[in-house]
Amino acid sequence: MSAADGSAPLIGKRWKKPPFVQRTWLRWLLILGFGAYLVAAFMTIDVNWSRVYEGLERGKQFVLAFTNPDFTSRSSDIWEGMVESIVMTITSSVVGIAISIPIALGAARNVAPLPIYLICRGIIAISRALQEIIVAILLVAIFGFGPLAGFFTLSFATIGFLSKLLAEDIESMDKVQAEAIKASGAKWTQWINYGVQPQVMPRLIGLSMYRIDINFRESAILGLVGAGGIGATLNTAFDRYEYDTAAAILITIIVIVMALEYLSGIIRARVQ
Amino acid sequence: MPVRDTGGLKLWQRRTQRESLMHWVLWLIGIAIFAYCWQQISEATTWFFVWDAPRITQDIWTRATPPKWEYITQLGKPIWDTLNIATLGTIISLILAVPVAFLAARNTTPSALFIRPIALLIIVSTRSINSLIWALLLIAIIGPGVFAGVVAIAIRSIGFCAKLLYEAIEEIDTTQVEAITATGASRWQVMAYGIVPQIMPAFAGIAVFRWDINIRESTVLGLVGAGGIGLQLSSSLNVLAWPQVSLILLVILAAVVISEWVSAKVRAAII
Repeated sequence: MSAADGSAPLIGKRWKKPPFVQRTWLRWLLILGFGAYLVAAFMTIDVNWSRVYEGLERGKQFVLAFTNPDFTSRSSDIWEGMVESIVMTITSSVVGIAISIPIALGAARNVAPLPIYLICRGIIAISRALQEIIVAILLVAIFGFGPLAGFFTLSFATIGFLSKLLAEDIESMDKVQAEAIKASGAKWTQWINYGVQPQVMPRLIGLSMYRIDINFRESAILGLVGAGGIGATLNTAFDRYEYDTAAAILITIIVIVMALEYLSGIIRARVQ
Repeated sequence: MPVRDTGGLKLWQRRTQRESLMHWVLWLIGIAIFAYCWQQISEATTWFFVWDAPRITQDIWTRATPPKWEYITQLGKPIWDTLNIATLGTIISLILAVPVAFLAARNTTPSALFIRPIALLIIVSTRSINSLIWALLLIAIIGPGVFAGVVAIAIRSIGFCAKLLYEAIEEIDTTQVEAITATGASRWQVMAYGIVPQIMPAFAGIAVFRWDINIRESTVLGLVGAGGIGLQLSSSLNVLAWPQVSLILLVILAAVVISEWVSAKVRAAII
Protein backbone atom coordinates (compact mmCIF):
# COMPACT_ATOMS: atom_id res chain seq x y z
CA MET A 1 0.00 0.00 0.00
CA SER A 2 2.82 2.40 0.87
CA ALA A 3 4.88 1.96 -2.27
CA ALA A 4 1.96 1.74 -4.66
CA ASP A 5 0.32 5.09 -3.89
CA GLY A 6 3.61 6.95 -4.24
CA SER A 7 3.67 8.47 -0.76
CA ALA A 8 6.77 8.50 1.48
CA PRO A 9 7.93 5.04 2.53
CA LEU A 10 6.35 3.93 5.79
CA ILE A 11 9.33 1.87 6.94
CA GLY A 12 10.98 3.42 9.96
CA LYS A 13 8.01 5.71 10.62
CA ARG A 14 5.97 5.37 13.72
CA TRP A 15 2.35 4.36 13.04
CA LYS A 16 -0.19 7.03 13.78
CA LYS A 17 -3.90 6.72 14.20
CA PRO A 18 -5.69 7.75 11.01
CA PRO A 19 -7.69 10.94 11.66
CA PHE A 20 -11.49 10.85 11.68
CA VAL A 21 -11.76 13.59 9.02
CA GLN A 22 -9.36 12.83 6.17
CA ARG A 23 -8.79 16.25 4.59
CA THR A 24 -6.37 18.31 6.67
CA TRP A 25 -7.76 21.77 5.92
CA LEU A 26 -11.33 20.63 6.58
CA ARG A 27 -10.28 19.04 9.86
CA TRP A 28 -8.59 22.20 11.11
CA LEU A 29 -11.45 24.37 9.87
CA LEU A 30 -13.93 22.22 11.78
CA ILE A 31 -11.82 22.21 14.95
CA LEU A 32 -11.16 25.97 14.84
CA GLY A 33 -14.75 26.84 13.98
CA PHE A 34 -16.01 24.63 16.76
CA GLY A 35 -13.57 26.13 19.23
CA ALA A 36 -14.56 29.65 18.26
CA TYR A 37 -18.21 28.77 18.62
CA LEU A 38 -17.65 27.27 22.06
CA VAL A 39 -15.85 30.40 23.26
CA ALA A 40 -18.63 32.59 21.89
CA ALA A 41 -21.29 30.39 23.45
CA PHE A 42 -19.68 30.39 26.86
CA MET A 43 -19.27 34.16 26.73
CA THR A 44 -23.00 34.73 26.36
CA ILE A 45 -24.10 32.41 29.14
CA ASP A 46 -24.05 34.31 32.35
CA VAL A 47 -24.18 31.93 35.26
CA ASN A 48 -24.94 33.38 38.64
CA TRP A 49 -22.59 31.15 40.59
CA SER A 50 -23.63 32.41 43.99
CA ARG A 51 -27.24 31.55 43.11
CA VAL A 52 -26.11 28.11 41.95
CA TYR A 53 -24.20 27.66 45.19
CA GLU A 54 -27.27 28.60 47.22
CA GLY A 55 -29.34 26.21 45.16
CA LEU A 56 -27.08 23.26 45.87
CA GLU A 57 -28.65 22.92 49.30
CA ARG A 58 -32.07 22.58 47.65
CA GLY A 59 -30.59 20.16 45.14
CA LYS A 60 -29.36 18.03 48.00
CA GLN A 61 -32.82 18.10 49.56
CA PHE A 62 -34.29 16.96 46.28
CA VAL A 63 -31.87 14.08 45.92
CA LEU A 64 -32.58 13.10 49.51
CA ALA A 65 -36.31 13.28 48.78
CA PHE A 66 -35.83 10.43 46.31
CA THR A 67 -34.77 8.19 49.16
CA ASN A 68 -37.87 9.20 51.08
CA PRO A 69 -40.68 9.88 48.59
CA ASP A 70 -44.04 10.96 49.96
CA PHE A 71 -46.82 9.04 48.21
CA THR A 72 -49.43 9.55 50.92
CA SER A 73 -50.08 13.21 51.70
CA ARG A 74 -51.12 14.09 48.13
CA SER A 75 -52.16 10.61 47.13
CA SER A 76 -55.55 11.64 45.72
CA ASP A 77 -53.96 14.34 43.50
CA ILE A 78 -51.29 11.95 42.27
CA TRP A 79 -53.87 9.24 41.63
CA GLU A 80 -56.19 11.56 39.69
CA GLY A 81 -53.35 12.99 37.62
CA MET A 82 -51.95 9.58 36.81
CA VAL A 83 -55.35 8.20 35.81
CA GLU A 84 -55.89 11.22 33.58
CA SER A 85 -52.46 10.75 31.99
CA ILE A 86 -53.14 7.06 31.35
CA VAL A 87 -56.62 7.79 29.97
CA MET A 88 -55.16 10.39 27.61
CA THR A 89 -52.43 7.97 26.57
CA ILE A 90 -54.87 5.16 25.76
CA THR A 91 -57.44 7.23 23.87
CA SER A 92 -54.92 9.27 21.92
CA SER A 93 -52.88 6.20 21.00
CA VAL A 94 -55.99 4.35 19.75
CA VAL A 95 -57.31 7.28 17.74
CA GLY A 96 -53.85 8.33 16.52
CA ILE A 97 -52.97 4.83 15.33
CA ALA A 98 -56.39 4.39 13.69
CA ILE A 99 -55.96 7.64 11.74
CA SER A 100 -52.31 7.08 10.89
CA ILE A 101 -52.92 3.73 9.15
CA PRO A 102 -54.86 5.21 6.18
CA ILE A 103 -52.45 8.15 6.07
CA ALA A 104 -49.50 5.74 6.00
CA LEU A 105 -51.14 3.88 3.10
CA GLY A 106 -51.61 7.20 1.34
CA ALA A 107 -48.01 8.22 1.99
CA ALA A 108 -46.55 5.03 0.51
CA ARG A 109 -45.65 5.65 -3.12
CA ASN A 110 -46.24 2.02 -4.17
CA VAL A 111 -49.84 2.04 -2.90
CA ALA A 112 -51.16 5.55 -3.45
CA PRO A 113 -51.32 7.76 -6.57
CA LEU A 114 -49.27 10.95 -6.62
CA PRO A 115 -51.89 13.54 -5.49
CA ILE A 116 -52.89 11.49 -2.45
CA TYR A 117 -49.22 10.80 -1.74
CA LEU A 118 -48.42 14.52 -1.67
CA ILE A 119 -51.37 15.36 0.59
CA CYS A 120 -50.49 12.62 3.08
CA ARG A 121 -46.78 13.53 3.09
CA GLY A 122 -47.82 17.14 3.75
CA ILE A 123 -49.91 16.12 6.76
CA ILE A 124 -46.98 14.09 8.11
CA ALA A 125 -44.52 16.97 7.62
CA ILE A 126 -46.79 19.43 9.47
CA SER A 127 -47.39 17.04 12.32
CA ARG A 128 -43.68 16.29 12.73
CA ALA A 129 -42.55 19.90 12.58
CA LEU A 130 -44.81 21.13 15.40
CA GLN A 131 -43.84 20.13 18.91
CA GLU A 132 -46.40 18.60 21.22
CA ILE A 133 -46.18 21.38 23.76
CA ILE A 134 -46.78 24.15 21.20
CA VAL A 135 -49.73 22.29 19.71
CA ALA A 136 -51.02 21.85 23.26
CA ILE A 137 -50.79 25.59 23.95
CA LEU A 138 -52.81 26.40 20.83
CA LEU A 139 -55.37 23.66 21.49
CA VAL A 140 -55.82 24.73 25.09
CA ALA A 141 -56.53 28.23 23.80
CA ILE A 142 -59.09 26.76 21.40
CA PHE A 143 -60.76 23.96 23.40
CA GLY A 144 -60.23 25.23 26.93
CA PHE A 145 -58.40 23.55 29.80
CA GLY A 146 -58.66 19.83 30.30
CA PRO A 147 -57.64 16.46 28.93
CA LEU A 148 -59.45 16.94 25.60
CA ALA A 149 -56.75 19.34 24.40
CA GLY A 150 -54.11 16.84 25.50
CA PHE A 151 -55.95 14.05 23.72
CA PHE A 152 -56.00 15.99 20.45
CA THR A 153 -52.34 16.99 20.84
CA LEU A 154 -51.11 13.45 21.38
CA SER A 155 -53.29 12.04 18.59
CA PHE A 156 -51.92 14.65 16.22
CA ALA A 157 -48.33 13.89 17.21
CA THR A 158 -48.94 10.14 16.89
CA ILE A 159 -50.08 10.59 13.29
CA GLY A 160 -46.82 12.20 12.19
CA PHE A 161 -44.61 9.66 13.94
CA LEU A 162 -46.45 6.47 13.07
CA SER A 163 -47.50 7.33 9.51
CA LYS A 164 -43.97 8.25 8.48
CA LEU A 165 -42.35 5.08 9.80
CA LEU A 166 -45.18 2.83 8.67
CA ALA A 167 -45.18 4.36 5.18
CA GLU A 168 -41.46 3.66 4.91
CA ASP A 169 -42.12 0.05 5.88
CA ILE A 170 -44.92 -0.28 3.30
CA GLU A 171 -42.64 1.17 0.63
CA SER A 172 -39.95 -1.40 1.36
CA MET A 173 -42.31 -4.40 1.45
CA ASP A 174 -41.93 -7.52 -0.67
CA LYS A 175 -43.77 -6.89 -3.95
CA VAL A 176 -44.02 -10.56 -4.88
CA GLN A 177 -46.49 -11.48 -2.15
CA ALA A 178 -48.71 -8.50 -2.87
CA GLU A 179 -48.68 -9.32 -6.58
CA ALA A 180 -49.63 -12.93 -5.89
CA ILE A 181 -52.72 -11.76 -4.04
CA LYS A 182 -53.58 -9.39 -6.89
CA ALA A 183 -53.15 -12.18 -9.42
CA SER A 184 -55.75 -14.25 -7.60
CA GLY A 185 -58.32 -11.58 -8.50
CA ALA A 186 -58.49 -9.74 -5.21
CA LYS A 187 -60.21 -6.39 -4.87
CA TRP A 188 -58.19 -3.37 -3.67
CA THR A 189 -59.35 -3.81 -0.06
CA GLN A 190 -58.55 -7.53 -0.18
CA TRP A 191 -55.19 -6.74 -1.68
CA ILE A 192 -54.39 -4.40 1.22
CA ASN A 193 -55.80 -6.83 3.75
CA TYR A 194 -54.07 -10.02 2.57
CA GLY A 195 -51.11 -8.75 0.55
CA VAL A 196 -49.84 -5.69 2.41
CA GLN A 197 -51.15 -5.89 5.96
CA PRO A 198 -49.53 -9.20 7.02
CA GLN A 199 -46.14 -7.90 5.89
CA VAL A 200 -46.23 -4.67 7.89
CA MET A 201 -48.14 -5.95 10.93
CA PRO A 202 -45.09 -6.78 13.13
CA ARG A 203 -43.62 -3.35 12.49
CA LEU A 204 -46.97 -1.66 13.10
CA ILE A 205 -47.35 -3.39 16.46
CA GLY A 206 -43.78 -2.58 17.46
CA LEU A 207 -44.15 1.07 16.49
CA SER A 208 -47.51 1.34 18.24
CA MET A 209 -46.07 0.04 21.48
CA TYR A 210 -43.18 2.48 21.20
CA ARG A 211 -45.59 5.34 20.53
CA ILE A 212 -47.75 4.42 23.53
CA ASP A 213 -44.58 4.69 25.59
CA ILE A 214 -43.80 8.12 24.12
CA ASN A 215 -47.40 9.30 24.53
CA PHE A 216 -47.34 8.46 28.21
CA ARG A 217 -44.08 10.34 28.71
CA GLU A 218 -45.43 13.34 26.81
CA SER A 219 -48.73 13.27 28.68
CA ALA A 220 -46.72 13.89 31.83
CA ILE A 221 -45.72 17.37 30.63
CA LEU A 222 -48.90 18.51 28.87
CA GLY A 223 -50.30 19.48 32.25
CA LEU A 224 -47.74 22.30 32.43
CA VAL A 225 -49.78 24.23 29.86
CA GLY A 226 -53.15 23.10 31.17
CA ALA A 227 -53.82 20.17 28.86
CA GLY A 228 -54.54 17.64 31.59
CA GLY A 229 -52.52 14.85 33.14
CA ILE A 230 -49.99 14.53 35.93
CA GLY A 231 -47.95 17.56 34.78
CA ALA A 232 -50.14 20.05 36.63
CA THR A 233 -49.71 18.19 39.92
CA LEU A 234 -45.98 17.95 39.34
CA ASN A 235 -45.73 21.66 38.56
CA THR A 236 -47.60 22.54 41.74
CA ALA A 237 -45.34 20.25 43.76
CA PHE A 238 -42.25 22.00 42.40
CA ASP A 239 -43.72 25.46 42.95
CA ARG A 240 -44.43 24.65 46.58
CA TYR A 241 -40.99 23.07 47.02
CA GLU A 242 -42.64 19.79 48.03
CA TYR A 243 -39.78 17.70 46.77
CA ASP A 244 -40.92 14.51 48.44
CA THR A 245 -44.22 14.63 46.51
CA ALA A 246 -42.41 15.54 43.29
CA ALA A 247 -40.04 12.62 43.84
CA ALA A 248 -43.01 10.31 44.34
CA ILE A 249 -44.56 11.47 41.04
CA LEU A 250 -41.28 11.11 39.16
CA ILE A 251 -40.72 7.63 40.57
CA THR A 252 -44.23 6.65 39.50
CA ILE A 253 -43.57 7.95 35.98
CA ILE A 254 -40.26 6.08 35.76
CA VAL A 255 -41.83 2.85 37.02
CA ILE A 256 -44.71 3.06 34.53
CA VAL A 257 -42.32 3.82 31.65
CA MET A 258 -40.13 0.87 32.66
CA ALA A 259 -43.18 -1.41 32.84
CA LEU A 260 -44.33 -0.22 29.41
CA GLU A 261 -40.88 -0.81 27.97
CA TYR A 262 -40.78 -4.32 29.43
CA LEU A 263 -44.27 -5.07 28.11
CA SER A 264 -43.46 -3.76 24.65
CA GLY A 265 -40.30 -5.87 24.64
CA ILE A 266 -42.36 -9.00 25.30
CA ILE A 267 -45.00 -8.12 22.70
CA ARG A 268 -42.41 -7.23 20.06
CA ALA A 269 -40.54 -10.47 20.69
CA ARG A 270 -43.79 -12.41 20.22
CA VAL A 271 -44.90 -10.80 16.95
CA GLN A 272 -41.51 -10.91 15.24
CA MET B 1 -55.34 -25.04 7.80
CA PRO B 2 -58.68 -23.74 9.02
CA VAL B 3 -61.33 -24.82 6.51
CA ARG B 4 -65.07 -24.43 6.81
CA ASP B 5 -67.11 -27.24 5.31
CA THR B 6 -70.51 -26.07 4.02
CA GLY B 7 -72.39 -28.85 2.20
CA GLY B 8 -69.42 -30.37 0.43
CA LEU B 9 -67.95 -26.97 -0.48
CA LYS B 10 -64.70 -26.34 1.38
CA LEU B 11 -63.94 -22.72 2.11
CA TRP B 12 -60.57 -21.47 3.34
CA GLN B 13 -60.67 -19.26 6.39
CA ARG B 14 -57.97 -17.16 7.93
CA ARG B 15 -58.57 -18.31 11.48
CA THR B 16 -60.07 -21.29 13.26
CA GLN B 17 -63.32 -20.74 15.13
CA ARG B 18 -61.51 -20.68 18.43
CA GLU B 19 -59.02 -18.11 17.21
CA SER B 20 -61.67 -15.82 15.82
CA LEU B 21 -63.63 -16.08 19.07
CA MET B 22 -60.50 -15.04 20.98
CA HIS B 23 -60.07 -12.14 18.59
CA TRP B 24 -63.59 -10.94 19.14
CA VAL B 25 -63.23 -11.11 22.91
CA LEU B 26 -59.97 -9.14 22.77
CA TRP B 27 -61.53 -6.52 20.53
CA LEU B 28 -64.53 -6.27 22.86
CA ILE B 29 -62.29 -5.71 25.90
CA GLY B 30 -60.26 -3.16 23.98
CA ILE B 31 -63.32 -1.24 22.87
CA ALA B 32 -64.76 -1.32 26.38
CA ILE B 33 -61.52 0.15 27.79
CA PHE B 34 -61.49 2.82 25.11
CA ALA B 35 -65.14 3.71 25.75
CA TYR B 36 -64.48 3.99 29.47
CA CYS B 37 -61.43 6.21 28.90
CA TRP B 38 -63.32 8.40 26.48
CA GLN B 39 -66.08 8.82 29.04
CA GLN B 40 -63.48 9.99 31.57
CA ILE B 41 -62.21 12.62 29.15
CA SER B 42 -65.70 13.65 28.21
CA GLU B 43 -66.61 14.22 31.87
CA ALA B 44 -63.58 16.44 32.39
CA THR B 45 -64.37 18.56 29.34
CA THR B 46 -66.44 21.71 29.19
CA TRP B 47 -68.31 20.89 25.99
CA PHE B 48 -69.59 24.43 25.58
CA PHE B 49 -66.02 25.57 24.86
CA VAL B 50 -65.55 22.74 22.39
CA TRP B 51 -68.68 23.63 20.41
CA ASP B 52 -67.43 27.19 20.42
CA ALA B 53 -64.04 26.12 19.09
CA PRO B 54 -64.49 27.00 15.37
CA ARG B 55 -65.36 30.59 16.25
CA ILE B 56 -62.39 30.85 18.63
CA THR B 57 -60.07 29.37 16.03
CA GLN B 58 -61.17 31.93 13.50
CA ASP B 59 -60.81 34.68 16.07
CA ILE B 60 -57.23 33.65 16.94
CA TRP B 61 -56.39 33.33 13.26
CA THR B 62 -57.55 36.88 12.47
CA ARG B 63 -55.62 38.20 15.48
CA ALA B 64 -52.45 36.29 14.63
CA THR B 65 -52.22 37.24 10.94
CA PRO B 66 -50.25 38.92 9.61
CA PRO B 67 -47.22 38.16 11.84
CA LYS B 68 -45.46 41.20 13.30
CA TRP B 69 -42.36 41.02 11.11
CA GLU B 70 -40.44 43.89 12.73
CA TYR B 71 -40.42 41.93 16.01
CA ILE B 72 -37.78 39.64 14.48
CA THR B 73 -35.04 42.12 15.44
CA GLN B 74 -35.64 41.20 19.06
CA LEU B 75 -35.43 37.47 18.40
CA GLY B 76 -31.72 37.29 17.53
CA LYS B 77 -30.46 36.81 21.08
CA PRO B 78 -33.14 34.26 22.06
CA ILE B 79 -32.35 32.18 18.95
CA TRP B 80 -28.64 32.31 19.80
CA ASP B 81 -29.47 31.20 23.35
CA THR B 82 -31.60 28.36 22.02
CA LEU B 83 -28.78 27.19 19.78
CA ASN B 84 -26.36 27.34 22.71
CA ILE B 85 -28.68 25.40 24.99
CA ALA B 86 -29.01 22.64 22.41
CA THR B 87 -25.33 22.48 21.41
CA LEU B 88 -23.73 22.81 24.83
CA GLY B 89 -26.34 20.49 26.32
CA THR B 90 -25.56 17.89 23.67
CA ILE B 91 -21.79 18.17 24.25
CA ILE B 92 -22.11 17.83 28.02
CA SER B 93 -24.51 14.93 27.70
CA LEU B 94 -22.17 13.13 25.29
CA ILE B 95 -19.27 13.54 27.73
CA LEU B 96 -21.42 12.03 30.45
CA ALA B 97 -23.03 9.39 28.24
CA VAL B 98 -19.79 7.76 27.03
CA PRO B 99 -18.73 6.31 30.41
CA VAL B 100 -22.31 5.31 31.19
CA ALA B 101 -22.53 3.50 27.84
CA PHE B 102 -19.27 1.62 28.47
CA LEU B 103 -20.51 0.63 31.92
CA ALA B 104 -23.85 -0.52 30.50
CA ALA B 105 -22.60 -2.54 27.53
CA ARG B 106 -22.40 -6.25 28.31
CA ASN B 107 -18.97 -6.71 26.74
CA THR B 108 -17.22 -3.76 28.39
CA THR B 109 -18.89 -3.42 31.78
CA PRO B 110 -16.54 -4.10 34.70
CA SER B 111 -19.27 -5.86 36.66
CA ALA B 112 -22.46 -7.19 35.09
CA LEU B 113 -23.96 -7.80 38.49
CA PHE B 114 -23.52 -4.45 40.25
CA ILE B 115 -22.43 -1.69 37.90
CA ARG B 116 -24.49 -2.59 34.83
CA PRO B 117 -27.89 -2.28 36.61
CA ILE B 118 -26.85 1.11 37.99
CA ALA B 119 -25.88 2.32 34.51
CA LEU B 120 -29.17 0.99 33.11
CA LEU B 121 -31.09 2.75 35.88
CA ILE B 122 -29.36 6.04 34.98
CA ILE B 123 -30.31 5.50 31.35
CA VAL B 124 -33.97 4.70 32.06
CA SER B 125 -34.53 7.43 34.62
CA THR B 126 -32.94 10.24 32.59
CA ARG B 127 -34.74 9.10 29.47
CA SER B 128 -38.23 8.75 30.88
CA ILE B 129 -38.42 12.26 32.32
CA ASN B 130 -39.01 15.03 29.80
CA SER B 131 -36.56 17.91 29.51
CA LEU B 132 -39.31 20.35 30.55
CA ILE B 133 -39.62 18.54 33.87
CA TRP B 134 -35.85 18.53 34.32
CA ALA B 135 -35.91 22.26 33.56
CA LEU B 136 -38.64 22.86 36.15
CA LEU B 137 -36.56 21.04 38.72
CA LEU B 138 -33.32 22.78 37.82
CA ILE B 139 -34.96 26.20 37.88
CA ALA B 140 -36.05 25.49 41.43
CA ILE B 141 -32.48 24.49 42.27
CA ILE B 142 -30.17 26.82 40.32
CA GLY B 143 -32.51 29.59 39.31
CA PRO B 144 -34.01 30.52 35.92
CA GLY B 145 -31.83 31.19 32.92
CA VAL B 146 -29.93 29.65 30.05
CA PHE B 147 -27.71 27.62 32.37
CA ALA B 148 -30.69 25.67 33.75
CA GLY B 149 -31.72 24.92 30.16
CA VAL B 150 -28.26 23.63 29.26
CA VAL B 151 -28.17 21.34 32.27
CA ALA B 152 -31.75 20.14 31.67
CA ILE B 153 -30.99 19.23 28.05
CA ALA B 154 -27.72 17.59 29.12
CA ILE B 155 -29.34 15.38 31.75
CA ARG B 156 -32.26 14.45 29.53
CA SER B 157 -29.99 13.42 26.65
CA ILE B 158 -27.71 11.14 28.70
CA GLY B 159 -30.14 8.25 28.62
CA PHE B 160 -30.88 8.52 24.91
CA CYS B 161 -27.23 8.80 23.84
CA ALA B 162 -25.99 6.16 26.27
CA LYS B 163 -28.69 3.70 25.20
CA LEU B 164 -27.90 3.97 21.49
CA LEU B 165 -24.17 3.98 22.19
CA TYR B 166 -24.15 0.89 24.39
CA GLU B 167 -26.18 -0.96 21.78
CA ALA B 168 -23.50 0.02 19.25
CA ILE B 169 -20.76 -1.17 21.62
CA GLU B 170 -22.49 -4.51 22.09
CA GLU B 171 -22.61 -5.01 18.32
CA ILE B 172 -18.90 -4.47 17.65
CA ASP B 173 -16.75 -6.99 15.80
CA THR B 174 -14.89 -8.98 18.46
CA THR B 175 -12.10 -10.14 16.13
CA GLN B 176 -10.65 -6.64 15.97
CA VAL B 177 -10.69 -6.37 19.75
CA GLU B 178 -9.00 -9.77 19.97
CA ALA B 179 -6.32 -8.70 17.50
CA ILE B 180 -5.48 -5.64 19.58
CA THR B 181 -5.48 -7.72 22.76
CA ALA B 182 -3.12 -10.22 21.11
CA THR B 183 -0.52 -7.49 20.57
CA GLY B 184 -0.29 -7.15 24.33
CA ALA B 185 -2.32 -3.97 24.66
CA SER B 186 -3.55 -2.87 28.05
CA ARG B 187 -7.24 -2.55 28.87
CA TRP B 188 -7.28 1.13 27.95
CA GLN B 189 -5.34 0.59 24.75
CA VAL B 190 -7.84 -2.07 23.72
CA MET B 191 -10.61 0.48 24.28
CA ALA B 192 -8.84 3.22 22.34
CA TYR B 193 -7.66 1.12 19.38
CA GLY B 194 -10.06 -1.83 19.32
CA ILE B 195 -13.46 -0.49 20.36
CA VAL B 196 -13.50 3.28 19.83
CA PRO B 197 -12.71 3.24 16.08
CA GLN B 198 -15.58 0.82 15.55
CA ILE B 199 -18.19 2.90 17.36
CA MET B 200 -16.96 6.29 16.10
CA PRO B 201 -19.42 6.51 13.14
CA ALA B 202 -22.30 5.48 15.40
CA PHE B 203 -21.18 8.03 17.97
CA ALA B 204 -21.08 10.86 15.45
CA GLY B 205 -24.48 9.86 14.09
CA ILE B 206 -26.00 9.76 17.58
CA ALA B 207 -24.48 13.15 18.43
CA VAL B 208 -25.99 14.87 15.40
CA PHE B 209 -29.31 13.08 15.77
CA ARG B 210 -29.62 14.12 19.40
CA TRP B 211 -28.52 17.66 18.58
CA ASP B 212 -31.43 17.88 16.14
CA ILE B 213 -33.88 16.66 18.80
CA ASN B 214 -32.36 19.04 21.34
CA ILE B 215 -32.91 22.04 19.06
CA ARG B 216 -36.61 21.13 19.05
CA GLU B 217 -36.74 20.69 22.80
CA SER B 218 -34.76 23.81 23.63
CA THR B 219 -37.19 26.00 21.67
CA VAL B 220 -39.87 25.27 24.24
CA LEU B 221 -37.74 25.18 27.41
CA GLY B 222 -38.33 28.89 27.88
CA LEU B 223 -41.99 28.18 28.66
CA VAL B 224 -40.92 27.19 32.15
CA GLY B 225 -38.25 29.91 32.35
CA ALA B 226 -35.12 28.12 31.18
CA GLY B 227 -34.05 30.61 28.52
CA GLY B 228 -34.19 30.62 24.75
CA ILE B 229 -36.95 31.60 22.37
CA GLY B 230 -39.58 29.90 24.50
CA LEU B 231 -39.29 32.80 26.97
CA GLN B 232 -40.40 35.21 24.25
CA LEU B 233 -43.19 32.82 23.31
CA SER B 234 -44.55 32.58 26.81
CA SER B 235 -44.34 36.32 27.46
CA SER B 236 -46.08 37.05 24.14
CA LEU B 237 -48.77 34.50 24.99
CA ASN B 238 -49.24 36.02 28.43
CA VAL B 239 -49.94 39.46 27.00
CA LEU B 240 -52.03 37.92 24.17
CA ALA B 241 -49.78 39.47 21.51
CA TRP B 242 -50.90 37.04 18.83
CA PRO B 243 -48.98 38.63 15.90
CA GLN B 244 -45.76 38.12 17.88
CA VAL B 245 -46.78 34.57 18.75
CA SER B 246 -47.31 33.69 15.11
CA LEU B 247 -43.92 35.15 14.16
CA ILE B 248 -42.19 33.20 16.94
CA LEU B 249 -43.92 30.01 15.84
CA LEU B 250 -42.70 30.60 12.28
CA VAL B 251 -39.15 31.15 13.54
CA ILE B 252 -39.31 27.95 15.63
CA LEU B 253 -40.64 26.05 12.64
CA ALA B 254 -37.78 27.34 10.49
CA ALA B 255 -35.22 26.40 13.17
CA VAL B 256 -36.64 22.88 13.43
CA VAL B 257 -36.67 22.37 9.67
CA ILE B 258 -33.10 23.71 9.27
CA SER B 259 -31.73 21.58 12.11
CA GLU B 260 -33.42 18.49 10.69
CA TRP B 261 -31.92 19.24 7.28
CA VAL B 262 -28.44 19.75 8.75
CA SER B 263 -28.65 16.56 10.78
CA ALA B 264 -29.86 14.53 7.78
CA LYS B 265 -27.00 15.91 5.62
CA VAL B 266 -24.33 15.21 8.23
CA ARG B 267 -25.62 11.73 8.95
CA ALA B 268 -25.72 10.93 5.24
CA ALA B 269 -22.10 12.11 4.97
CA ILE B 270 -20.98 9.94 7.89
CA ILE B 271 -22.77 6.71 7.06
